[in-house]
Amino acid sequence: MENILRLAHQGIYCPAGDFYVDPWGAVEKAVITHAHADHARVGHKKYYAHPDCIPILHHRLGDIDSEPKAYGEEFQLGDARVSLHSAGHILGSAQVRIAVGDQVTVVTGDFKRTPDPTCAPFELVTCDTLITEATFSLPVYRWPNPKSVAEDIFTWWMNCRERRLNAVLCCYALGKAQRVMAELMRFTDESVVLHGAVLPITQIYRSQGVQMLEGRPVEEGENYAGQLVIAPPSAIGSPWIKRFGRHEAGFCSGWMRIRGNRRRRGYERGFVLSDHADWNELVNTIRESGAQKVMPTHGRTDSLVRYLREQDIDAEALETVFGESEE
Amino acid sequence: MKSFVELYTRLDRTNSTNAKLSAMREYFRKAEPACAAWAVNILSGRRQKRLLGPAQLREWLAESVGLPDWLVEQSYAHVGDLAETAALLHHTVKAASQDGSQYASVEVGLSAWMERLLLLRNLEEGEKRQWIQAQWQQSPLAEGFVKTKLLTGALRVGVSQTLVVKALAQEYDLPTAVIQRRLMGDWQPTAANYLDLIGPDDGRHDVSQPYPFCLAYPLEKDPATLGGAELWLAEWKWDGIRAQLIKRQGNIFLWSRGEELVMHSFPEIVQAAEALPDGVVIDGEILGWTFASDADAQQEMDEVCGKPLPFNQLQRRLGRKKVGPKLLGEVPVILQAYDQLESDGISMCGRPLLERRSGLQKTLSYAVSPHLRLSPALQGSWEYLAGLRHSSRERGVEGFMLKRLDSVYQAGRVKGDWWKWKVDPYTVDAVLLYAQAGHGRRSNLYTDYTFAVWEGEQLVPFAKAYSGLADSEIVELDRWIRKHTKERFGPVRSVEPVQVFELAFEGIALSKRHKSGVAVRFPRIQRWRKDKLVEQADSLTLVKSLVADNAL
Repeated sequence: MENILRLAHQGIYCPAGDFYVDPWGAVEKAVITHAHADHARVGHKKYYAHPDCIPILHHRLGDIDSEPKAYGEEFQLGDARVSLHSAGHILGSAQVRIAVGDQVTVVTGDFKRTPDPTCAPFELVTCDTLITEATFSLPVYRWPNPKSVAEDIFTWWMNCRERRLNAVLCCYALGKAQRVMAELMRFTDESVVLHGAVLPITQIYRSQGVQMLEGRPVEEGENYAGQLVIAPPSAIGSPWIKRFGRHEAGFCSGWMRIRGNRRRRGYERGFVLSDHADWNELVNTIRESGAQKVMPTHGRTDSLVRYLREQDIDAEALETVFGESEE
Repeated sequence: MKSFVELYTRLDRTNSTNAKLSAMREYFRKAEPACAAWAVNILSGRRQKRLLGPAQLREWLAESVGLPDWLVEQSYAHVGDLAETAALLHHTVKAASQDGSQYASVEVGLSAWMERLLLLRNLEEGEKRQWIQAQWQQSPLAEGFVKTKLLTGALRVGVSQTLVVKALAQEYDLPTAVIQRRLMGDWQPTAANYLDLIGPDDGRHDVSQPYPFCLAYPLEKDPATLGGAELWLAEWKWDGIRAQLIKRQGNIFLWSRGEELVMHSFPEIVQAAEALPDGVVIDGEILGWTFASDADAQQEMDEVCGKPLPFNQLQRRLGRKKVGPKLLGEVPVILQAYDQLESDGISMCGRPLLERRSGLQKTLSYAVSPHLRLSPALQGSWEYLAGLRHSSRERGVEGFMLKRLDSVYQAGRVKGDWWKWKVDPYTVDAVLLYAQAGHGRRSNLYTDYTFAVWEGEQLVPFAKAYSGLADSEIVELDRWIRKHTKERFGPVRSVEPVQVFELAFEGIALSKRHKSGVAVRFPRIQRWRKDKLVEQADSLTLVKSLVADNAL
């Protein structure tokens, strides 16, 4: 970190290349790992991102100056050789590899290694220094097979239908919602009802060739029963939800691994489906990267740091402003 | 075990009472009586005797999953439930190839499993450890969780005894009151008892069996809205242990509201009951008591003759095999009787209160003992009672109970006939000093707080409180705590002493066991005083002065 990247006021900064990775303050050059709001912010002069990420950036941030960079395509910024590599988090998500001289640093951004039909699989990149996400860095987090989770969601939907109830599934509007719609294709070809926040992003995914169930907007005056409705968590408790009458609510998130989290939020069903790495994925990725120095960021960094140190891996927390619980 | 785990999962997945009822009915319909008996026992929240301490389990857990102790501790603090932590950690360390069908598929029924659990007691430590670790390693996630829950005591899944009773009553077409009565007391989970529980109503019951207690809701409106005061009976609301005293066929039983037999803790009450006629059941309150001297008694206007000791004194009498002469002298007890539920072996529950009270008065006249008394009935206008209520604190009571004179004795908490008309609680402004993550639905949120008051320049912890904040305030305070942590001691964080809260509590007494020198009763948070500076919090001197108010 000291050599290639350092923490500056606006974010993680590379002096050799005079650019930032996912900066939170406005800067000249920003390399963006993915389009979630805590990583891609408005106000930078120039955005470097994967071609699949750029339409989403435009949708969320408006008219920005962006430059697409394919996975594995090395480009020069100042003295730094930079390349993006698939992170498997959401469509167009990337890890950033930065080489200066003979030193290599990788910023994982958010990543996962469980399969996801909506995006390219995670690519392992070896490095000297690894800045890794650590959202779910406790060993209680291990993800079940996403196929079986999708089956649970489908069974729940059908079970709600038998009782003439709507099944309202809360998902993060970018990434998780589309992943669920893609996974469900194995069980049905019915369409699902989409909240206004989910609809445009789903259209972008579809225009990039991602195969998913049909999604239809909410029609005023339509009487819904037995439908699967996909909405962001903020929709729960809002007047919008009232049109679905009697319904059960489910939530798709890694946090649903813990029973108390689900019960506290008042969801009937919690589906453990995460776009982040679980404990085993984190620890394995760190080992396989060959990094001598590991800097976990956003999440419970303290436990991961201590665990790595006990495994004789040099580790230190990196304080960033990336989301504490955006799932 | 599989069908019980499935039942648990179904109950856990719904907030709907009807869905819970139908899940339970389905289970009872299919289950072996021996397993159903255990399910009744577990779901109605009867605590199993804990077979192992949590510290021991955590140690074995860390060993079983091969993770450092501190990481297991942190995981536990995060999850807020030891059984869930054990199941999740084992799930994580299992190889991916080991998920699914490879688990040993020897299906053990719930009753067989519970009986095996009870046999654990006879095993050597090492054997216990081996057995438990094997259970963890062989069980799929949900099953591992339920099994560990049963090992550590209670399995809470949003089902009350009332709901279990309702499910059984619906399934077997019996009145709920019958099932409820049959479950009272020391009900043991055996196949035979289960079959009795769901068998036709033949009216017979065990001699020791108590009635379900009638409970009251707090009165939150003007008592005048209840109608004329002449329709109501007021009694002091005693702060002791609710109890039922039974004498049938020459045997005496004393039940606490927790449905435990407490004869050995209160021998003087049992002795006093010897003189009662046979076939009676009395409802009342056990209290530690300061007997008034004769001279004082002369001056007493209202037949109370003395004053209750603070609750923490009464607590000393509990949980002992035998009460020694010293303690008998220091904390004498009485039963303040206020209702009679059975007379001549016949239930009086369906008779109006007025009639039950006069029966009670007659029954008590047989026992001339200072340990068995009639709780005074107070009558007068609402204004008179409201005035009298102001003297509650100095009398060591919590206010009034109001009971309709024509009311029958109902089972459980029913709105309308009985009300608690309590005095306003004590309040103190205190400073948040420590926070700890809660359990269950509050796991992973800092919700267990320790509060302090000033003693000179020092903040002295004096009360813990868990309840009273709105969910949104809990979340806000949790964020604040995380950002303003000074030190961590395991799961506990000390925070910057900045936040002031108004705490409310029902009683206060001196205590040698507390650093502050006082113990408070039912402390909870009344308000978050964001308007107050830490310097404006109250002092220990002020808190102690409340004891003085209360003492004489």
